[in-house]
Amino acid sequence: MEKIAIVGVGNTKIGEWYENSLRGLTDIAITKALESANIEPKEIESSFIGSMSPGIFNQQEHISALIGPHSGVGAPALRVESACASGSQAMRVAMMAINAGYYDTALVVGVEKMTDLIDIGDVTTALGTASDGEWELGVGATFPALFALMMRAHMHKYGSTLEEFASVAVKNHDNGSLNPDAQFRKKVSMETVMNSRIIADPIRLFDCSPVSDGAAAIILTKESLAKKYTDDPVYITGTGAGTDHIALHQRPDITTMESAKRAVKTAFDMAKIKIKDVDFIEVHDCFTIAEVITLEDVGFCKKGQGGKFSLDGETALNSTISVNPSGGLKAKGHPVGATGIYQVIEVFHQLRNEAGKRQVKKNDIGVTHNIGGSGATCVVNVFSRGD
Amino acid sequence: MFFPEVIEMSVPRFWRRIHSLYRLEGNKCSKCKTLYFPERNRCIKCNSNEMEPFFYSGYGKVVSYSWVYTPPKGFKSSIPYCLSIIELDEGPRLTTQIVAVDQDEVSIDMPVEFAFRKISSEGEEGVITYGFKFRPKGYPNHKKKKK
Repeated sequence: MEKIAIVGVGNTKIGEWYENSLRGLTDIAITKALESANIEPKEIESSFIGSMSPGIFNQQEHISALIGPHSGVGAPALRVESACASGSQAMRVAMMAINAGYYDTALVVGVEKMTDLIDIGDVTTALGTASDGEWELGVGATFPALFALMMRAHMHKYGSTLEEFASVAVKNHDNGSLNPDAQFRKKVSMETVMNSRIIADPIRLFDCSPVSDGAAAIILTKESLAKKYTDDPVYITGTGAGTDHIALHQRPDITTMESAKRAVKTAFDMAKIKIKDVDFIEVHDCFTIAEVITLEDVGFCKKGQGGKFSLDGETALNSTISVNPSGGLKAKGHPVGATGIYQVIEVFHQLRNEAGKRQVKKNDIGVTHNIGGSGATCVVNVFSRGD
Repeated sequence: MFFPEVIEMSVPRFWRRIHSLYRLEGNKCSKCKTLYFPERNRCIKCNSNEMEPFFYSGYGKVVSYSWVYTPPKGFKSSIPYCLSIIELDEGPRLTTQIVAVDQDEVSIDMPVEFAFRKISSEGEEGVITYGFKFRPKGYPNHKKKKK
């Protein structure tokens, strides 16, 4: 199997794009990605779109046909959906299509336009459809509430503290303040996080990632063709995915994510790396508890110690392990179906020393970790330069 | 432009699963005795197709809980409400609301029992859905028992 290379990337700033549409945002991202790879639209042989819920957020399905042709990419297109992991799953499908020999090149787009809905209850419900509709959303569960169940169980089982969780948000805002594409480019204090209003106790507003609009696009090709488009391709050296029960209550331990452990093992084995080889990671911090659990599940610290690891500063930029140099979902923003592709683009820039003020110093191996729902889906990818 | 609040679900959406929606009826694998709630067609542990109905006692304990302040559509009138994962005495877990409690009265491992309740409503004139929630075990005498 040939390695897959990323030869171009493009994205919009993440934020509240009241002046633009879902289609308009993808047009910006695709145009930048085509320019970045110096590739003609007609050279793109296939396209894969990751998006969670345009049907509810924008009353628009069939976005595979909405997006490509509008931007001059007439290749056969397919939308891939796995909740907040839609972007990463779309990239995996593109990799499989290339490795199966069907295509040499693929455009992968992640997009979500969440601010077309007026009522926050509508947004909460739209996102809630990624949980078990009959047995979670249908009895009043929301995503903040499901992650709050995990957070309280974690605090009860391991003695983790609200201060530890708050440190995740503070660190990600520190990094986000250095990222010109981030939704929130402002530092916050521990007090701001810990005194923010309660969303679903013990989760407060500043434990949560925001409602965001954004589109991100990458161009993939085979290793043997990569240098045709760029001198500095980034290679996907490992990929893994895991699927678990959609409902949190169906999983025996709600303080861990088996899907993540499985995805990490598959991806690391494929890339032939160990945890100590990872230089930096973009993790799915949709809520602060998610980053804490992930630090433990991926293996940067012992089970139950993720909060302390964070509060001790081990995850800060250029500390023991740089976690979410982009600012993460918390500060960079979380346009749900696009998030996986934004993570890949951050790793692309970090590996190529293009990340400006937030550039990590150790940058040989970068990893992305993208979850869907309350952890029922997880995708992990490993990246490196060709040198 | 249309928005989701005008998309309403049919009444059968809420009563077609009557066995498990209104009472704690699941099933049991006749071979390996694994219990399920809600029922399944096949045992996912031993792969047997031989399943028999099973009625749960209605008692369980709190695994985790959260007081919800930002609800999905249809739950606005009851905020803040206590969302919880509970483990039935017989083993299976489910997500439910805990009612008849103040905020300082819920704790992990607290014993709870089945209670039939209104779940959600689609505005003043829309469909009202019913189902079960849980309340402290021994309600309304649960507080006396503690002492």
